[in-house]
Amino acid sequence: MEFFERFAVPHPSPAIYASMVAIGLTVIAIVAGLTYFKKWGYLWREWLTTVDHKRLGIMYLLCALIMLFRGGVDAIMLRAQLAVPDNKLLDSQHYNEVFSTHGVVMIMFMAMPFIIGFMNYIVPLQIGARDVAFPRLNAISFWLFFMGAMLFNISFVVGGSPDAGWTSYFPLASNDFSTSVGTNYYMLSLQIAGLGTLMTGINMITTIMKMRAPGMTLMKMPMFTWSTLVANLIIITVFPVLTVALAMGTMDRLFGTNFFTTTNGGMDMMWANLFWVWGHPEVYILILPAFGLYSEIISTFSSRNLYGYKSMVASMVIISALSCLVWAHHFFTMGQGALANSFFSITTMAIAVPTGVKIFNWLFTMWKGKIRFTVPMLYSIGFIPLFTIGGVTGVMLAMSAADYQYHNTMFLVAHFHNTIIPGVVFAMLAGLTYYWPKMFGFMLNERIGKWTFWLLSIGFVLAFFPMYITGLDGQARRMYTYSEATGYSTLNMVSFVGAGIMAVAFALIVYNVYYSVRYASRNISSDPWDARTLEWATHTPVPEYNFAVVPQVKTSEPLWDAKKRKHVLFPGKLNKIHMPNNSGVPFILGTIFFVWGFSFVFAIWPLVIISTIGIFTCLAFRSFEKDHGRYISLEEVTETEEKLGGAK
Amino acid sequence: MKIKSALFMFLITITTVLAGCEPLMVLDPKGPQAERQARDIMLSIGIMSFIVIVVFAILVYVLIKYRASKQSPDYEPPHIEGNPWVEAICVGIPVLIVAYFSFVSVQSNYIVEATPKGYEDKEPLVIYASSSDWKWHFSYPEEDIETVNYLYIPTDRPIEFKLYSYGPITSFWIPQLGGQKYAMSDMVTTLHLAADEKGEMMGRNANFSGKGFAENMFNVTAMSQKEFDEWVEEVKETADPLTEEKFDKLLEPGHLGQMTFTGTHLEFSPAPEHDHESSESDSEETHEGHTEDMKMDEENSEHSGH
Repeated sequence: MEFFERFAVPHPSPAIYASMVAIGLTVIAIVAGLTYFKKWGYLWREWLTTVDHKRLGIMYLLCALIMLFRGGVDAIMLRAQLAVPDNKLLDSQHYNEVFSTHGVVMIMFMAMPFIIGFMNYIVPLQIGARDVAFPRLNAISFWLFFMGAMLFNISFVVGGSPDAGWTSYFPLASNDFSTSVGTNYYMLSLQIAGLGTLMTGINMITTIMKMRAPGMTLMKMPMFTWSTLVANLIIITVFPVLTVALAMGTMDRLFGTNFFTTTNGGMDMMWANLFWVWGHPEVYILILPAFGLYSEIISTFSSRNLYGYKSMVASMVIISALSCLVWAHHFFTMGQGALANSFFSITTMAIAVPTGVKIFNWLFTMWKGKIRFTVPMLYSIGFIPLFTIGGVTGVMLAMSAADYQYHNTMFLVAHFHNTIIPGVVFAMLAGLTYYWPKMFGFMLNERIGKWTFWLLSIGFVLAFFPMYITGLDGQARRMYTYSEATGYSTLNMVSFVGAGIMAVAFALIVYNVYYSVRYASRNISSDPWDARTLEWATHTPVPEYNFAVVPQVKTSEPLWDAKKRKHVLFPGKLNKIHMPNNSGVPFILGTIFFVWGFSFVFAIWPLVIISTIGIFTCLAFRSFEKDHGRYISLEEVTETEEKLGGAK
Repeated sequence: MKIKSALFMFLITITTVLAGCEPLMVLDPKGPQAERQARDIMLSIGIMSFIVIVVFAILVYVLIKYRASKQSPDYEPPHIEGNPWVEAICVGIPVLIVAYFSFVSVQSNYIVEATPKGYEDKEPLVIYASSSDWKWHFSYPEEDIETVNYLYIPTDRPIEFKLYSYGPITSFWIPQLGGQKYAMSDMVTTLHLAADEKGEMMGRNANFSGKGFAENMFNVTAMSQKEFDEWVEEVKETADPLTEEKFDKLLEPGHLGQMTFTGTHLEFSPAPEHDHESSESDSEETHEGHTEDMKMDEENSEHSGH
């Protein structure tokens, strides 16, 4: 029995038992449903083994949405606990677990797959390619991410969740102070998902550098592609740091090494440094593609070209360089002295300059435009003022002496939510609405979408702006409760109401999908928004090979050229098309990685050895596999093109 | 637009709160360091509000003037590449603002990291503030007394806090006297504060340190030097001595009320003021205090070769 006891949750509660039941029922429902509708084969052939960037992108987006709800439930629990003073809804340990998982889920398993999903779906279409450079690697990236996310999520019901914050600072995260296996889950699941992200980085950079359509020079790439390139350069620069830090942390916890301990030459401050050397650029990995999406959307719905293309590109490159020089602003208060703090204070504030340039460029893009208030555009318009507030509070936090007062308070919490929600989450919802017709062949309902936007914005303002005030009033973050005497209760209640409104908005997104699936017209053009770039030049639904004829490009807005300036986009003739084969290996490899991670978490060494052998077997199999892809015959291409409404 | 009105309401609330009856703790300084920080905060709020208003104004103007419903159906927006002068202004003004802030920031950094202004010629009071799960221990080496979870300080005298931790990283914070600084178990950090006026204040650990973090607070009382001296005398006469055995008991994870002792733990468990080698022995002692909490403890000592 002892063997099984360690899988028990150390602090069980009704919520945990309820989720166990819910998870069990969901699994049974999925298995039963697949069996009943005889969809196992379909699932395996079309999704689990696919190497198509569009399908992988959609799977990333689906996971991100599910994780958004998982992290959102955490958020509601946190706000409910703080809504009234001396609340007994959650005890300290649960609150600690919930905010730790909320942070990790939202950053690593919601925001990351959201942007990577968009990169996957959009970039090859936008540069006129037929897939990414390494389709098989792309599938591996996805399955590693997926299995990492699943591993992290089962911690809730098997063995206990991490409880040391999403930053997992040592020595708090060491075995001495974090005794459950929760932090092992953190280390291993981020490791597995992080490897996937690193591979995505390599893949995307190669794709963008080598596979652009003829005529598309670097300075003629659409802005989303540029943002993807820059974000992935940051990924391959900083994710290895995370990999190393997690490996060291894992060894400290499992093998008794002393990298981050406070004795025997260990250095707990090293973890903080390594974590933020990755962690700060990470937020730019998230925000730059969001900026890219906003650029596309604002330009489309203003019916104007993007103002200041060159300065947009330059500002992203400068942001990416500066992002690697600011990490110590996360711990101005660690005692490194005035000189070091001054350096990091100035570099941090400097980021405001290129970001400001981007804000003004978006404003000038709307200038003299013809602004259509669609749902994606509403998100983009809401983003500008809200993100500006988040940005200027960032400059306030960058003043290191004053940061001694902001640090670790709700002011900081308000700031980063104020950048991430209007910055990243709004962009993702805007992008989802914008690309939905391309992905699924029908539009999301505009009226419900507008309701969602307004509820989300109002809920956001109510939920997070009060935190600026309570922070200045001395409310530290991560406190599971506070007393009546502190006077924080009114504003925390306002926050809770705001969080509730946001929850309604997110529920409306689901309703919108349901409503649109049932009632939306399937009869839409391939370019329903009157857009400007290549992804809208191909058919809807997009054929497997994206473009039957490789497009020719003259400017950064090839489709606009074709529509307005008689540019010939597809000059060639139809021909047979070379495509990669599907493969089950990435899925199998991911599954083995899941077992590997799980057995590490619980230190089940025989299983670790077996799964390690399994991983190398998969790699060896790939090395000896002869797979040169396949050709789609000319007849098949012609037939598909005709069915989709004439060759393009 | 609804966001705008919500934001406007927010600004109104903030101003009423700032100007009103109950001032926010951080903006209600009782010492020179907190005053400098509050000044920086208000300055940045002012300039930043100006930037936000400019962005709002441009946005509202553009949205009203160029929305599609206002324009003729055959209006074709022009192709505009960008204008070097406009872009120079968009870079130039933020650069000026950031430069000004950098100047203020660097200046403030050196101010908050030194003996408070106006107190340079007075002899500082040194207090060792150490945290353990989830308490604060305040040692007054010159007075040779120690308190738990409460802090008495004299006004009009610079205070030099020497911070370290018997556990996870914590952050020592008395918002009304000045900003926080980390306390860590393998080095000592220094925080310079001073109190201008008498009164009671809230102090707490601001950095998440586990289960008992929320209650990890202490009371601060600032009093005149005379009252402080009287208090020290009283403690010396009435309080029990702090023994090593007693101190190890105090270190056990949990919450304690306010306590007072004569003598300090610095004698038998000195602060980790030097390099790692010398701090190793006291850290080992720390571990003994936590035994029930630490599964890995035995393994650790094996590895450390003691």
